[in-house]
Amino acid sequence: MQKPLLSFDDYGIYCAAADVYIDPWKPVKKAIITHAHSDHARWGMGFYLAHEHAIPVMKYRLGEDIKTQSLKYGEEIIMNGVKISLHPAGHIWGSAQVRLEYKGEVWVVSGDYKLQADGISVPFEPIKCNSFITESTFGLPIYNFPETQEVHEEINAWWQTNREEGKNSVLLAYSLGKAQRVMAHLDPSIGNIYTHGAVHNINEIYEAHIGPLPEALRIDSSVNRKEIKGAMIIAPPSAISTPWMRSFSPYKWAICSGWMQLRGTRRRRGADRGFIMSDHADWDQLNTAVLATGAENVYVTHGYKSIYAKWLNSNYGLNATEVETLYTGEALEETAEIETTESKPDESI
Amino acid sequence: MKAFSELFTRIDQTASTNEKVDALADYFAQAEEQDAIWAVAVLSGRRPKRTVKTSELWNWSGELSGLPEWLQAESYHIVGDLAETISLMLPVNKTFSNYSLHEVIESLIALGSKDEEARKSYITGMWAALSTQELFVFNKFITGSFRVGVSDKIVIKALAKHFKIEENVVAHRLSGGWEAQGNSLPSLLSSDSANNDISRPYPFYLAYPLEAEPESLGDVSEWIIERKYDGIRGQIIVRNQELFIWSRGEDLLTEKFSEFHSLVHILPNGTVIDGEILPRKENCYLPFHVMQTRIGRKNVTKKSLQEAPLVMVCYDLPELDGIDIRHLSLEERRNKLEILLENLQTDNPDLPLHISPVVFCKNWDEAASERLRARETFSEGLMLKRKNSEYKTGRRRGDWWKWKVDPLTIDGVLLYAQRGHGRRADLYTDYTFAVWDGEELVPFCKAYSGLTDKEMLSVDNWIKKNTLDKFGPVRSVTPELVFEIGFEGINPSPRHKSGVALRFPRILRRRLDKSAKDANTKTDLMELLNIYRFDNAE
Repeated sequence: MQKPLLSFDDYGIYCAAADVYIDPWKPVKKAIITHAHSDHARWGMGFYLAHEHAIPVMKYRLGEDIKTQSLKYGEEIIMNGVKISLHPAGHIWGSAQVRLEYKGEVWVVSGDYKLQADGISVPFEPIKCNSFITESTFGLPIYNFPETQEVHEEINAWWQTNREEGKNSVLLAYSLGKAQRVMAHLDPSIGNIYTHGAVHNINEIYEAHIGPLPEALRIDSSVNRKEIKGAMIIAPPSAISTPWMRSFSPYKWAICSGWMQLRGTRRRRGADRGFIMSDHADWDQLNTAVLATGAENVYVTHGYKSIYAKWLNSNYGLNATEVETLYTGEALEETAEIETTESKPDESI
Repeated sequence: MKAFSELFTRIDQTASTNEKVDALADYFAQAEEQDAIWAVAVLSGRRPKRTVKTSELWNWSGELSGLPEWLQAESYHIVGDLAETISLMLPVNKTFSNYSLHEVIESLIALGSKDEEARKSYITGMWAALSTQELFVFNKFITGSFRVGVSDKIVIKALAKHFKIEENVVAHRLSGGWEAQGNSLPSLLSSDSANNDISRPYPFYLAYPLEAEPESLGDVSEWIIERKYDGIRGQIIVRNQELFIWSRGEDLLTEKFSEFHSLVHILPNGTVIDGEILPRKENCYLPFHVMQTRIGRKNVTKKSLQEAPLVMVCYDLPELDGIDIRHLSLEERRNKLEILLENLQTDNPDLPLHISPVVFCKNWDEAASERLRARETFSEGLMLKRKNSEYKTGRRRGDWWKWKVDPLTIDGVLLYAQRGHGRRADLYTDYTFAVWDGEELVPFCKAYSGLTDKEMLSVDNWIKKNTLDKFGPVRSVTPELVFEIGFEGINPSPRHKSGVALRFPRILRRRLDKSAKDANTKTDLMELLNIYRFDNAE
């Protein structure tokens, strides 16, 4: 029997034929990166191959001197006879699925993905393959995310109400991806928008490579907090219960995450509001994506992996197995976005 | 139904008491009379009797969603709430119908007398007609335990605000057993005696734990000091030749406590006594666990009546001769109570009502040493009550304090973890702890509370990374983390591997300074048991 094209080892997902790792979690010579979130794009690789829009973020976060090569969606390169190409994953801007083909066998590593169109990333494209590696962050039937447009309207309405009550609105969203998604759909006619430094830096990269976002002011020591009234402030989750956040008093705060679907999770965070918005696939999206690949082998990584693999086996008769990885998916804690200096809250009040 | 689920959403989205009160007051202002009283009933825990079984809900919702039973069960483990799990798994409806709150609840009550087919057709019909938010509320009505972060205090405040009646009046009229069906808030809250339920207890006055030094309370002579017994707080009421016994949780327990049934002929009409219901034997008040076995039972056995006959340790008298005397000073109320009980005692030597003994202390130092004697007297510590205090409503600071003795402690190793429920669903927060028995770790207690949210998250994170094995919702973990467990009492228990059962175990703190091998041993537990056990007749 032929050795499978991809295998899982202590370093990450390995393609022996091409001698390359995909999203490795320990330093290796050559890495293909699905997207620039820190649990997938880690420090210390000899060489990084990624989508052209992921590279600038990686350089910003991992250092300008990293060795990189960028690809467009659908562009093909060959490593030791393995055909490799990147395809839209719809997770965040610049996120990709990795397609690998060797001797007629096709594997797709999806990284993180969603099927919902978010208005700023290139939407997910199903790729036919024999073996599919899928995440399972929201791999339970209790996760059914509302239409994106509805949530954006709720956010704007929340902001409007808070403003009428003389309060600021602090919205916590990942600085890479979620923050731009939210920003792009804010209604700037409601009031002023401010950004935390970590968000602001990523916004600049987004605007340089992709397109404009509503005007927003970076919060630093030059901003007089007293002038911020009825405004929307976009900050990373690390800002929770910091003096930085409290400096916007009076304010209301909200979390933007797929986990907000569960009442217990929402209440435990103590947020005033929880908006159900995720850059990951919910239950129906996962099933749709897996079936659309036509794959007979499915490897289930980070999330409810054993439950989801059991479901794929028993309900669709697929050959599904769970795989241990070090990816964290959508976390409400700091673990997912390893906080680098750029995202430290600005304490200069 | 729509208005009520919007009220629910508003309440659920805020942690501010004022905003909750406003949301409720807004609701009362626009709700129909019949709906408003059901809203109050449901929010204050007076839910109607359950008419649909959990297994039926699983089966019917499984048919609609097409999901297998194992996946429903896994989902439930993650969500931690039956009603919410089902509402999240049902197909999402695009169009909704409008039902009024009282219509829905009264239909649910009526299901009690219907066969399975009729129940199924009603429930599944509603599931197909409600919005996601309404579905959750609807399922909550069916499954009960409608805990939504609204305390009785908040409901009382909102009613007081809307109807412009004093809060303590609202509190009194809301207490006890009343029916929502065919009733209305204006009539329930009116002073009209026609609606005056003779069983109605007074809202219990509750003490705060004393955190400051007792010296901060001023001169000891201004205080009445009593032992804090660990029984069931209750009110015994006799009005119109009828007896009612209420627990602090506002459950009517009259039937369960046959020892008190003769009081209907003994106590004068218009008497309400507040006190602690306790088992007593040979001049000794026994701890709570002795009567625990009979509380859940419908019929009390002769054996348990003999083993642990109940008495009430009486400490207050909110009503005498049909007159509410809560505004009098505690000293005056207690005087009247003493006279009442003494007079009754002369004709009824076996009266199951005892005056709560006063612990006389010349200064706070004496009080402090009395407090330390708590375990000798099977009490939990002392109660400090200001002599000139009124009988207030609910938990208030200032005049009544409970001064409990420090808990017993033992250091245990975290052995198993299970996901919590409700607010803690999806986090491993329910822990089983073990002590050393030679080279082996034996589980000795479970504890759920005591950690801050932040500590909980970090322990949860550790558990997920240090799981040895999974059994359904339970994980076994590397025996590494040590916690200090506090508890109020210790008793022998053949049902537990460790041979002991603890009373009110909770986590006091994580012992970062200790490794697993430094945890306590079974021998240490046995020593505590020998010091503090209560030897009952077994």
